[in-house]
Amino acid sequence: MNSSASSNKTKSRCPLQEQLLQRRNSRENLDRFIPNRSAMDFDYAHYMLTDGKKGKENPAVGSSPSREAYRKQLAETFNMNRTRILAFKNKPPTPVEAIPNEFASAAHQVKSAKPRRHIPQTSERTLDAPDLVDDYYLNLLDWGSSNVLSIALGHTVYLWDASEGTTSELVTVDEENGPVTSVKWAPDGRHIAVGLNNSEVQLWDSTANRLLRTLRGGHRSRVGALDWNNHILTTGGMDGQIINNDVRVRAHIVETYQGHHQEVCGLKWSASGQQLASGGNDNLLHIWDRSMASSNAPTQWLHRLEEHTAAVKALAWCPFQGNLLASGGGGGDRCIKFWNTHTGACLNSVDTGSQVCALLWNKNERELLSSHGFTQNQLTLWKYPSMVKIAELTGHTSRVLFMAQSPDGCTVASAAGDETLRFWNVFGTPEVASKPAAKTSSEPFAHLNRIR
Amino acid sequence: MASKTATKDIITLRGSAAIVSEFFEESFARVKKYGLPMLLTQDEGVKSFISNLTSQLSEWLEAGKLQRVVLVIMSKATSEVLERWNFSIETDSEVVEKGVSREKSDKEIMREIQAIMRQIASSITYLPCLDEPCIFDVLAYTDKDCTVPFTWIESDPKLIANPQMVKLHSFDTKIHKVDTLVSYKNDEWDDEA
Repeated sequence: MNSSASSNKTKSRCPLQEQLLQRRNSRENLDRFIPNRSAMDFDYAHYMLTDGKKGKENPAVGSSPSREAYRKQLAETFNMNRTRILAFKNKPPTPVEAIPNEFASAAHQVKSAKPRRHIPQTSERTLDAPDLVDDYYLNLLDWGSSNVLSIALGHTVYLWDASEGTTSELVTVDEENGPVTSVKWAPDGRHIAVGLNNSEVQLWDSTANRLLRTLRGGHRSRVGALDWNNHILTTGGMDGQIINNDVRVRAHIVETYQGHHQEVCGLKWSASGQQLASGGNDNLLHIWDRSMASSNAPTQWLHRLEEHTAAVKALAWCPFQGNLLASGGGGGDRCIKFWNTHTGACLNSVDTGSQVCALLWNKNERELLSSHGFTQNQLTLWKYPSMVKIAELTGHTSRVLFMAQSPDGCTVASAAGDETLRFWNVFGTPEVASKPAAKTSSEPFAHLNRIR
Repeated sequence: MASKTATKDIITLRGSAAIVSEFFEESFARVKKYGLPMLLTQDEGVKSFISNLTSQLSEWLEAGKLQRVVLVIMSKATSEVLERWNFSIETDSEVVEKGVSREKSDKEIMREIQAIMRQIASSITYLPCLDEPCIFDVLAYTDKDCTVPFTWIESDPKLIANPQMVKLHSFDTKIHKVDTLVSYKNDEWDDEA
């Protein structure tokens, strides 16, 4: 009724326009099922095919992989400059009978079923860590998949078996080679990489207590950051270099990443093994793409992120969203920032008020734990993405330099400049975490629950 | 014994029709909209997802901040993107900024939407068969200055490598112009040619 009245009005007032509309519509109704090719975006297509090649130095126009890579890159920058791409967080329901294969949906179901959990405000256990080097740029604590914790105290690497509560010494390096500047368990939980002040990296078999090999010739100064990607050991040095070492082959240096001009202190591979995040004393955060790495030339970064105003050491990849990275800045910056590593967009930045030394995601809940320096020397638990503080855990009397997460994801170990190692039951008790994990067999860390 | 099993496996035309119509009655409701018979889902989960989604979308539309809505259909097993329905939205900025109105009859708009709906329904004739369990997701492309609501997260564009693209009809309300484009995964044999 209303609509017909208004259309009549249009007709009488502006007949020409009405007629045009009529004609266009009748034409549209004629080619009912034939796609409208005349309206395809040929300008965009033309730009993609021609202008792109001018901008790129790469002369290999005919080869399809480079063209493909370029096309993808252009499409991404195109989107990045103009728009935000958003998806609704509560995913639509998937077909019923099958197993939920996304960790995100599993975690969501778990959350709704779980009651509010109690977070103990004090540490569950405290161990002495004498001679722990109070140096922000080192990485001296790691917790392996076989539930053994490794910590470097001065020139010695100790192993603490969390299942048995027993301590053993792995190695004491010579006075002129040490101190130890980094430790990192291989994914198998048996082999361990030990970075040294003299630029060498040692590989140890922890069960046989045997030195397997020493990686030399890569770095020119101390190796403070390590991370594994299967058989690739990535090392970051004070010389600003990042090196991929294939530990299986004699010529172990397979790729190098050059982009930092000061000490590399944070290195983390994404869970997929596709992207490497590196942070340095030059306040830079780089994202490197594994598929862009080449053996004969230094690799170009995927993103260079310059928003931090102090050294970037704390890095943590989100376990429930593959392209989300959290990074924390040093004393002059104090911010935790969140990145979409696909587009390089900064999603959020929170000023924490003090130096961010380490970051860990809760594997069972959407929460992030950060450890801090002056003035509180606290651990702060944040709800993600609201960044509401859930808990502040105090106890350390000097900056909390390092954090490591137990393989079941429930317990966090923290080592601080006060030469203590503390254990916190911050991510839930093992009982609570193991129940929902057993239900969803596809959860990535489900099989590790039996350890505790 | 043998005859018993045999009768069990026989299906009559009427029985089959009953099963099929029951399926549609339970999963979908038949409604008439835009002058066309359409099937609307009855699944509560999907319905609440869509109503949450549309309330946010209309907020962005009114602010003129929505550039595109994309429906992505992915393989459930591999998360590979199989189809991507792209609805580009152009907003008349004058209307948003100055609050002026435009004239166009509902009937015209409905007819344009009807044309698109017909094309979408007929696209089954050229789109590749989806013969595995699939999931869907919806992406919203908004202006860069738009703040991200708590219930939304940043996403990658979920593009299809080397897609086939078909542009469909568009409709406009004189304020918002909506262009429809479907891209889908190339069939493997097409690459040979």
